[in-house]
Amino acid sequence: MTAYVLRRLLLMLPVAFLVTVGVFLLIHLSPGDPALIILGEDRSPQAIAQVHQELGLDKPLYVQYVIWLGHIVHGDWGRSITTHQPVAIAITERLPATFELGLTALLWSLLVAIPLGTIAAVRRGSVADQVATGITVAGVSIPNFFIGIVLIFVLSVSLRLFPFGGYVPFLQDPLDSLRHVALPAIALGTAGAAINMRFTRSSMIEVLNHDYIRTARAKGASWRRVVFVHALKNALIPVVTIVGLQIGGIIEGAVVTETVFTWPGVGRLAVESIFNRDYTVVQGIVLLAAFSYMIANLLVDLAYAWLDPRISYA
Amino acid sequence: MAFAHLLEVDDIHSHLAVKDGTVRAVDGVSFKVDAGETLGIVGESGSGKSMTALSIMRLLPRSGSIVQGKVTFKGRVLTELSEDEMEAIRGTEIAMIFQDPMTSLNPVYRTGWQVGEPLRIHRHVDTRTSIRAAADLFQKVGIPDASKRVTQFPHMFSGGMRQRAMIAMGLSTSPSLLIADEPTTALDVTIQAQILELLRTLNRDYGTATILITHNLGVVAGMCDRVIVMYAGRVVEQGRTEDVFARPEHPYTWSLLRSIPRLDADEHEPLKPIDGSPPDMVRLPAGCKFTPRCPFAIPRCAAEEPELLTVRDQLSRCWVTQAGATLDGDQGG
Repeated sequence: MTAYVLRRLLLMLPVAFLVTVGVFLLIHLSPGDPALIILGEDRSPQAIAQVHQELGLDKPLYVQYVIWLGHIVHGDWGRSITTHQPVAIAITERLPATFELGLTALLWSLLVAIPLGTIAAVRRGSVADQVATGITVAGVSIPNFFIGIVLIFVLSVSLRLFPFGGYVPFLQDPLDSLRHVALPAIALGTAGAAINMRFTRSSMIEVLNHDYIRTARAKGASWRRVVFVHALKNALIPVVTIVGLQIGGIIEGAVVTETVFTWPGVGRLAVESIFNRDYTVVQGIVLLAAFSYMIANLLVDLAYAWLDPRISYA
Repeated sequence: MAFAHLLEVDDIHSHLAVKDGTVRAVDGVSFKVDAGETLGIVGESGSGKSMTALSIMRLLPRSGSIVQGKVTFKGRVLTELSEDEMEAIRGTEIAMIFQDPMTSLNPVYRTGWQVGEPLRIHRHVDTRTSIRAAADLFQKVGIPDASKRVTQFPHMFSGGMRQRAMIAMGLSTSPSLLIADEPTTALDVTIQAQILELLRTLNRDYGTATILITHNLGVVAGMCDRVIVMYAGRVVEQGRTEDVFARPEHPYTWSLLRSIPRLDADEHEPLKPIDGSPPDMVRLPAGCKFTPRCPFAIPRCAAEEPELLTVRDQLSRCWVTQAGATLDGDQGG
């Protein structure tokens, strides 16, 4: 298995290469000459050329890329144009908040999706199934910022059950931290919950028609045992794919939710940086998002092999 | 023992809901199985043999239900038991193995775990003990290298080995009745013979009564004490295997036997298939359901359905033989 993981990581290199090229070009395609911003009033061609030389902008593009890549690999992601803080540190500071939000959202989506999807599949056509289907359609169609605003309005402002924004680090006060993360996690995770529920339902319906389910029944296994032991593990295989994509998409999804809930995570940092034209930070976040997709994909493949013995690491 | 027969199936009617109506998949089937006996149920696809077995197990598909009749096993009326009570019988008293061993085992669990599962469910043994028992059973059914095999997943087994594993699973709790639904249909001919030999040995050594469902008359001849021939959800002939094979009293059985190619026949002699095709189960003809394909049919056959009555040594549902006529090759053409 170690060999498999190493091979998979190796296979990621081409993708990682393309990602870095893309992100690098992102900056170079963006309008405006950094020298003009730095120089301000003195715009003599000599001064511009000198700044270009200092920044390495006079070198050919591919040389600039190689130098830049060298820095990235060594953990030097540049400095924020506005705050002059190293980008790597700016992002790392915000990561725990996003991580907590993303994980809670994912957990929420699975806690809702797997039981509801299973019930809907087992009792397909029933009232429970139709209600679950209705919730799904609503969950997917309502944008998460709207869910967020409604949650804040009803549960925080009117009923005062939850704080309406802010972040408390989990290690500082776990309970208070959960109270703060609840609403943004629900807002962020609901669309995923709806999708995961549909997947669980259809996958479960298919699995329940398999011969080995009848075999399990013929052994005298109770219906509950058949569903939760024999069917569920098979039914979750396709769900894992979707969940993997959702893990990769946490940063992306957090952009809107973190803004609505003033959540000090990477998503909000992205929004702030875009407004401030802080390209180095945006670049760092885009890189991070791309890498998290790649890691999520690897995790999905490992989960497959764990769930389905027919898939081997070889 | 307080009961007269191990299993009594009494006038079972099972219906299946399909798109364009209702299929009377099992339409008034009755038979008995005694302890240690081997009963064959023969018929073509859709004749209701599997549905009869699933009715006994109360494992009909979602669209199906038993609408009438009674199944009694060891004096207990299975058709009146609660689902919980039925679960306590499945896998302990009555075990069932299925046609396609490739799809009948769960792909994500180890075979030993699956084969030992009835012991965990019904005997409440722990996982380790149940897997050890599975290894013993593997040995009994002829799976080599049993202690290693129990740790493998079904996809690492060949078809024949999987069917052996299924049989081991069925035997784990020493049931008094084993229902084998086309256990050899999906297997190679040489493997078929091995599996049948295994079933025969188990029947002899453990005294497990067996219901063997098949469309293969050769299998019945080699295995079964008695045979039931089904057509369109009904029993059309029933009797001791040797009687039925020596002198069939229903034209369907007669046609089935005649359609088997014989090694001693002239090699230029054409095969003799049964004319026509199996009936549309949603729109069955009136009268005897075999009439459209029957070479012996008389006017009465299309109008009125015969009862299953004694004709010489067996039971037959046929106006012609019940009237005393004999079935012979000349009329069949």
